Amino acid sequence: MSVLPIDHLEKIEGWGGAVSSFGYVYRPATVEGLREVFELARRSNRNITFRGSGRSYGDAALGAENIVLDTSRMNRILSWDPNSGIITMEPGVTIEQLWQYIIEDGWWPPVVSGTMYPTVGGCLGMNIHGKNNFKAGPIGEHVLSFDIMLPSGEIKTATPDSESELFYSAISGFGMFGVFTSITMQMKKVYSGLLHVKAWTTKNLHELFEIYQQHIPGSDYLVGWVDCISSDEKLGRSIVHQANYFKPGEDQNPAQSLRVSNQSLPNTILGIFPKSFVWMLLRPFTNNAGMKFINWLRVFVSRLPVVGKPVYEQSHAEFAFLLDYVPGWKKSYGQGGLIQYQSFIPKESAEKVFRKQIEMCQEAGLPPYLGVFKQHKPDKFLFTHSVDGFSLALDFKVTEKNREKLWSLCAKMNDVVLANGGRFYFAKDATLRPQDFKAFLGEETLKKFAELKKRYDPENILQTDLSRRLVL
Amino acid sequence: MSKKWKHAIVIGASGGIGEALVYELAKEGVSVGLVARRGSELERVALKARTISGPSTTHNHQPAPKFIPFIHDVTNYSEVPALLQEITKQLGGLDLVIYNSGIMPPIAKDEYNFAKDKSIIEVNLLGAFAWLNEAAMRFQNAECGTIVGISSIAGERGRRGMPAYMTSKAALSTYLESLRNRLSQHGVKVVTIKPGVIDTAMAKDSPNKLWLYSPEDAAHEIIGAARRGVTVKYVPWKWRMISFILHSLPSFIFRRLSF
Ligand SMILES: Cc1cc2nc3c(=O)[nH]c(=O)nc-3n(C[C@H](O)[C@H](O)[C@H](O)COP(=O)(O)OP(=O)(O)OC[C@H]3O[C@@H](n4cnc5c(N)ncnc54)[C@H](O)[C@@H]3O)c2cc1C
Ligand SMILES: NC(=O)c1ccc[n+]([C@@H]2O[C@H](COP(=O)([O-])OP(=O)(O)OC[C@H]3O[C@@H](n4cnc5c(N)ncnc54)[C@H](OP(=O)(O)O)[C@@H]3O)[C@@H](O)[C@H]2O)c1
Repeated sequence: MSVLPIDHLEKIEGWGGAVSSFGYVYRPATVEGLREVFELARRSNRNITFRGSGRSYGDAALGAENIVLDTSRMNRILSWDPNSGIITMEPGVTIEQLWQYIIEDGWWPPVVSGTMYPTVGGCLGMNIHGKNNFKAGPIGEHVLSFDIMLPSGEIKTATPDSESELFYSAISGFGMFGVFTSITMQMKKVYSGLLHVKAWTTKNLHELFEIYQQHIPGSDYLVGWVDCISSDEKLGRSIVHQANYFKPGEDQNPAQSLRVSNQSLPNTILGIFPKSFVWMLLRPFTNNAGMKFINWLRVFVSRLPVVGKPVYEQSHAEFAFLLDYVPGWKKSYGQGGLIQYQSFIPKESAEKVFRKQIEMCQEAGLPPYLGVFKQHKPDKFLFTHSVDGFSLALDFKVTEKNREKLWSLCAKMNDVVLANGGRFYFAKDATLRPQDFKAFLGEETLKKFAELKKRYDPENILQTDLSRRLVL
Repeated sequence: MSKKWKHAIVIGASGGIGEALVYELAKEGVSVGLVARRGSELERVALKARTISGPSTTHNHQPAPKFIPFIHDVTNYSEVPALLQEITKQLGGLDLVIYNSGIMPPIAKDEYNFAKDKSIIEVNLLGAFAWLNEAAMRFQNAECGTIVGISSIAGERGRRGMPAYMTSKAALSTYLESLRNRLSQHGVKVVTIKPGVIDTAMAKDSPNKLWLYSPEDAAHEIIGAARRGVTVKYVPWKWRMISFILHSLPSFIFRRLSF
């Protein structure tokens, strides 16, 4: 057994900062380099964990004492056809790189996450969804083909039609089968760099569902920001943002609005404060009283006739990557970091379950500081988190003191989710128990998982802290 | 991030103080890699540690701690780098390394025995270099971690009794002090433990039974000191006074003392 060079050891955190472990990090820049890392793993009898930008909140891209294969340096765009909107890229290309590369030709990524820093490889690993999931499906539905290197070193090409089993399991397969080496996707044609945005406020959770029902058919994107601190008749009051594409010809100067410089997020908030310092301002508010104030402020401002005007235009980047407005905002959560709890509930019981969850949090004295609400539709990917229904993502501050209580609260909420046929999402998870994993995926999927693992990774080299926590 | 230790290695875990240290860590739910030559003794200690730590602590959402024996003679120095990595891999991390292995073969009053002296230095000192150099490199790169060395009050002055043993402990204490000065800037703690007389197999042959202390009490104090990152800890603390007196005695008096 060969010894790994100790200077490759790095402490790696989940994006939320609440979980971490040490791994031996390698960042190859080429496919040949990937192969060498697989050989090194075999020689040193180590497991491998794939990692993109590490934007998963929990332990999905951590591997204690593993070789951590970070693909962020494999970030070349391999080909781009501005006529068809078909792009081929290496897995380490970030969403930021991607949209900035294509937008001036009048294209936009069909599915993006709330932050632009994830890699495309990592997004396929989790099969991410956007605020348009109810319409566009997950990112995997826009992939035309990919190349994947299996732990044996063999490279396979998969499309929805050939090697389709590999296609539908590697996408959503949380890095368990092989590393994407090249990804070909269809981009979405846009006729302006702007979106029509509309905003509504709702008095409570029930109104939120009503607004959704009313506006989903006419929306390209729809997202709800839920205040989880108010209770009783105000429980779940929210702000809903809708965004719709411009029709061809509607924007008289598309070349202007499509310029990258006209997309970028402003560097100051309210024109005066450098945005990299905003988290410091937020820090005093990341306690229960403070967040109550912030949530109130958010609703208040959105009701002001001028600032919070209900109809306006916004660039794609501004609308999609709101969370990147406040770089380092998670630092405002302090030392213990944060976790996000996102569950996906079938539409029949979603309102009841989310109400129950918010009540449970409040009763436990652990109100989430932010709730994000989305509508979803089912998809064909093997480890999908999606349902014909809704999701609510809850952000919790973690401290040394509340940790135990918080994990117990999540466990109790899991029971509610499972009793209502709900699902979970590995990109956000830090607290699921093996029994939750088993229950939501179901017997058949688990059998399939074991079978595919045997086929593509028979030595079980590919492991993460998440897989070791859940796949027992 | 929780600052609690989760993973430790105890070298010299098959009996005496080392065994008690494993149980003390088990109480706190720390996983331990147990290292020594006698495999059957290691198995026994690991088994008992598992019962102490409880059947499973999944109620507090942590996986049950592991206690894994590794048979190894500390004088097989070349095995150490790979073994330390292997143990760390099996534990899933490393926060604490305790070097406890030591021997004190009986030496007659007028005996000069190179073979015995050499073996003492090999186990008590060179073994410590082999293990703690590796631990130091790991912790320096990780920018955290705690190293504990079990030295002895025997290293305070060169008394008549056991020249090589005392030398080995004096050297170990100096080595640990150097490590501490190297590593403190990297956030790594190095703790020197100087036990007095502890009621173990080793102390059986010792004529001196002053303030005889149980290995359990000793282990409790050692882990407490390590947690606080104390630099030098006498166990029990009373030995600090003795040490002070010993150091103050001029040589012409010291050489007349009969212990
Ligand atoms: C502020 C914020 C907002 C977010 N908003 C959303 C959202 O709106 N919708 C959503 O769906 N998600 C969202 N996420 C989650 C995020 O999009 C996913 O976690 C995504 O997978 C992160 O990509 P990454 O490159 O950082 O991958 P990592 O987190 O590094 O890895 C993700 C998974 O992919 C695997 N992997 C990485 N690279 C490869 C590769 N080349 N080949 C094979 N497997 C690989 C890893 O092993 C891991 O299992 C958000 C995250 C943050 C921090
Ligand atoms: N007892 C005291 O009064 C006292 C006082 C001061 C300091 N100390 C120090 O405390 C430490 C523990 O002593 P103890 O009293 O607990 O003695 P002990 O009961 O004899 O235990 C000694 C330990 O060292 C291990 N060891 C010895 N030689 C080894 C080798 N070649 N390779 C690997 N491991 C080896 C033994 O394991 P195996 O035999 O299974 O290998 C055993 O686990 C020693 O360093 C000792 O010098 C003891």
